[in-house]
Amino acid sequence: MARFMTLHDAVAACIRDGDTVAMEGFTHLIPYAAGHEVIRQGRKGLTLYRMTPDLIYDQLIGMGCADKLVFSWGGNPGVGSLHRLRDAVENGWPHRLQIEEHSHAAMANAYEAGAANLPFAMFRGYLGVDLPKVNPNIKRVTCPFTGEELAAVPAIRPDVGVIHALRADRDGNVLLEGITGVQKETVLASKRSIVTVEEVVDDFGPLNRNAVVLPSWTVTAIAVVPGGAHPSYAQGYYKRDNAFYIAWDEIARDRGSFLAWMKENVLEKGPEAFAAHGRPSA
Amino acid sequence: MTDFTPTEMMTIAAARALKNDDVCFVGIGAPSAACNLARLTHAPQITLIYESGTLQTRPNVLPLSIGDGELCDTALTTVSVPEMFRYWLQGGRITIGFLGGAQIDRFANLNTTVVGSYDAPKVRLPGGGGAPEIATNCGEIFITMAQSPRSFVAGLPFVTSMGHGRTGRERRDMGIKTKGPTRLITDLCVFEPDPETKEMSVVSIHPGVTREKIQENTGWPVRYAAEVVATPAPTAQELEVLRDIQARTKKAHGGSQ
Repeated sequence: MARFMTLHDAVAACIRDGDTVAMEGFTHLIPYAAGHEVIRQGRKGLTLYRMTPDLIYDQLIGMGCADKLVFSWGGNPGVGSLHRLRDAVENGWPHRLQIEEHSHAAMANAYEAGAANLPFAMFRGYLGVDLPKVNPNIKRVTCPFTGEELAAVPAIRPDVGVIHALRADRDGNVLLEGITGVQKETVLASKRSIVTVEEVVDDFGPLNRNAVVLPSWTVTAIAVVPGGAHPSYAQGYYKRDNAFYIAWDEIARDRGSFLAWMKENVLEKGPEAFAAHGRPSA
Repeated sequence: MTDFTPTEMMTIAAARALKNDDVCFVGIGAPSAACNLARLTHAPQITLIYESGTLQTRPNVLPLSIGDGELCDTALTTVSVPEMFRYWLQGGRITIGFLGGAQIDRFANLNTTVVGSYDAPKVRLPGGGGAPEIATNCGEIFITMAQSPRSFVAGLPFVTSMGHGRTGRERRDMGIKTKGPTRLITDLCVFEPDPETKEMSVVSIHPGVTREKIQENTGWPVRYAAEVVATPAPTAQELEVLRDIQARTKKAHGGSQ
């Protein structure tokens, strides 16, 4: 059964130095508050999985938490580069970052394979491209029935999956709606999981019977962090802060301004700071 | 004639390539602007799909990211990302994939991965995202990007997604049944693949653009189709709809882009 904990205690209990960690959320519901807590607790040597590293991994990489990044699209969407990711790859700052690069189709399939307890994922892809030449984890398998050659990548089985959801009920069941990305797969593929939520409700009330609900017994820890996905968004709670995504380009371009921003907004703050971005009181 | 910028001409020419009954997988940025302009002008029933899982979406402002809430709010339905890539893209449901890129070569292969060597890159670009599988699983591919000697290059340092391959023969040799890039719309002209060699060849030149200017902004000797036409200038209606959605978008994103 999921345990309700403070975000501090959830991260302390679930994430250790050197773990493989997947913090997912496809544009929507990116677990920023949890990422900031990992930075505050000074985790090191992490292998970070995420399809779109986004600003949250720019921050974790720039603060030296990661040794390796496994990803499929590493930009600031619609804006440009992730400057801290680039600085790590191009210049080894703050230290060298190992990368394992895939396509979205590969990672989405690999999370699904992880959730399905399979050793690898198979799909029709990586044709005529150079990524298989630089990533030894991209291989090919032959269909035993038709002889068709298909792409194969290892399943993703993180030590810890971290997501942000809309709400939990008192029993610790978790609800996601809107763009749900690979979050269900991430939690089911991981050994341990942390879910931050906007709020806890007595009862979900009338639900679409096909809503994405993670039963309490699939989740390790739940922390209530209103606004915890900012500057990404939570459907029905608050919108994506596109102005902040645009502003991040300048903040992160320079090592000094990045570190100053992290000190002021992450190291010297706590998860409660996210509440300012949560749903305005009705 | 109304004044227009080369970028506006590019977006409008790209929008005109789309039809009402297309099912289009939309890349972010220039492709997204073109696809929504088509939807708001001559192709109101076009099906737009974004890789975030949003099916049949009708955004009122252009998304900054591929998964803005606007896309989900205005979609017919939203599916998970694994389902999007497995059932819808790999399942062969998409007629057109609309891509952009950082660099392109004469066979419309795209690079969005690195400039320089992969292990010690001069410039680390975002990477492929959905493009490698979009490029081979959609019925055909449209590409839109502005021309410059740095973006239209003779040799790509890295092939992120395949166009017609390094020689123009790779698709056939690999048994790939989809068509690959059938149209490349730039700020200067429109290219289509030569039916035999698959090399991208100019079929239409935008108003006020010369062949010299096209060559200056292309890193290989430009080929022209047997018949080259003049791209019709943007109509007042096309420009008005495009500028309206861009103004709405800028206001909604609350920043200067």
